[in-house]
Amino acid sequence: MEMSEHTQPRPTPPAAPQLPKKPFAWERLAVTVLMIGGLVWSGVETQVNVGQFVANFGQFTQILAEMCRPDWSYVSYVVAPLIETIKMAVIGTAIGAGIAFPYAFLVSRNVVTNRFVTGLFRFILNIIRTIPDLLLAALFVAVVGIGPVAGIITLAIFTFGMVGKLFFEAVETIDEGPIEALRAAGANQWEIVRYAVVPQVMGFFVSYTLYAFEINVRASTVLGYVGAGGIGVFLQQNLGQFRYDRVSLMVLVIFAVVLVIDYVSSKTREALL
Amino acid sequence: MTVAQKEPIIQFTQVNKVYENGTVGLKDIDLTIYPGEFVVVIGLSGAGKSTLMRSVNRLHDITSGDIQIGGRSITQAKGKELLSMRREIGMIFQNFNLVKRATVLRNVLTGRVGYYPTWKMLLGMFSAADKQKAYESLQRVELADKVYARADELSGGQQQRVSIARALTQEPRIILADEPIASLDPQTTHRVMDDLKKINEELGITVLINLHSVELAKEYGSRIVGIRAGHKVFDGPVASADDETIAAIYSGADTEKVGA
Ligand SMILES: Nc1ncnc2c1ncn2[C@@H]1O[C@H](COP(=O)(O)OP(=O)(O)OP(=O)(O)O)[C@@H](O)[C@H]1O
Ligand SMILES: [Mg+2]
Repeated sequence: MEMSEHTQPRPTPPAAPQLPKKPFAWERLAVTVLMIGGLVWSGVETQVNVGQFVANFGQFTQILAEMCRPDWSYVSYVVAPLIETIKMAVIGTAIGAGIAFPYAFLVSRNVVTNRFVTGLFRFILNIIRTIPDLLLAALFVAVVGIGPVAGIITLAIFTFGMVGKLFFEAVETIDEGPIEALRAAGANQWEIVRYAVVPQVMGFFVSYTLYAFEINVRASTVLGYVGAGGIGVFLQQNLGQFRYDRVSLMVLVIFAVVLVIDYVSSKTREALL
Repeated sequence: MTVAQKEPIIQFTQVNKVYENGTVGLKDIDLTIYPGEFVVVIGLSGAGKSTLMRSVNRLHDITSGDIQIGGRSITQAKGKELLSMRREIGMIFQNFNLVKRATVLRNVLTGRVGYYPTWKMLLGMFSAADKQKAYESLQRVELADKVYARADELSGGQQQRVSIARALTQEPRIILADEPIASLDPQTTHRVMDDLKKINEELGITVLINLHSVELAKEYGSRIVGIRAGHKVFDGPVASADDETIAAIYSGADTEKVGA
């Protein structure tokens, strides 16, 4: 039976329709032209001078050469401001994350069902997130004066915005099952958050906080530029005095510290999630 | 068993539930359940079984009618009173609803949350006696050795038994089980059903359960309630639920037959 079927000439299959040509993407062409146009226009507008860049290249190589001879004797002066920088980062992160933790529940729609409340506090969170760090730092230097306090407040606000946003998104993606179970057992809203929500998201919170800390260590080196304390103050001074040997030493030290902190922090985060 | 003389533990009076989108969940339900019964609710998917269960502990509010638990109206209960009434009703879910990242003990302990003031709970201050109680519940479902394991390390059947232990730790008078075995294999299914039966017989806890399997309903139940399109179309002892009656519950035919 089967054999005979095989020997029968197969009917020719109907001709498969040919792959149609890809339609020409007018939108893409338009966007590309617009982007190139925009680039040229902004270059003209801001008076970019490629010639000048090439002409000053010699100066650049000279700085680079100086930076290749770091002033190792300067290490002892760097330690104290470096520790101050790390302290700023730790305290700023702790304050920001500490406020972000309860705030995130307030804006999570599966915890607070009142749309007005979540909407309002989300709006505030978004506003805070749009303010650039350096602007905040400059602002607080003006308010509380030059020094690390301005830096700490800046880092706290930045951390609040970042951890708050990431964390509430984590809270909103939890398994709702335990919430139902706790409610059925007679728990009130606080107890539901404590026993059904927090255990599910605690790992995320610690992870995001460590991530914010990594960023803060890097950011706090720059904040000193506007007078917000830490190693950035020294960086700026030495740059002003053209002490590139010292600058390069500081860059190396900061690099080493950031590397270690990032490594430890990311390993910890891996273990948590 | 003659239970009819006792006070009812669950009493539905003319209960209606219409969802916000207009779907009728329950229609004119009258249902009286006495302490110690093992009542199985059966019916087609979408018939309103889950709606019925969730009305008992008011996870869903009903639209009209009244539901009494041990003579007190849960429909009228407000705030703290509602919470303390829920404490007496344990619930078991199809998906277990455990906190997967937490230990088995933690999960079982949460059955006690309703017994403490909020501030103690925010600090996680469970008493030693309650920890012991949680441990004893785990012993009852034979999972004492898993007390410090993380919930997600357990098999589905074990997780469901942990959730039974959680409900037991609540020291409830009623246990509601909404398709507790729907995601389990046949062998695990019997394990879980046996545990529920044991709890019902040894502790006298009233069980209201909904199942998709008629065989299991007959094997474990003392009474069957048939729901079709939000109506109660059958209510009687397991023995009186013959094939014809069952077929009627699962079909469109109208054989309203209400047993004792
Ligand atoms: N939150 C809701 N909003 C609107 N309609 C709902 C809601 N929950 C359930 N329903 C509807 O109410 C009816 C009864 O649902 P219910 O979940 O009680 O059925 P069920 O008998 O438990 O079904 P299953 O066996 O599939 O679990 C269905 O038509 C369902 O679509
Ligand atoms: Mg259901």
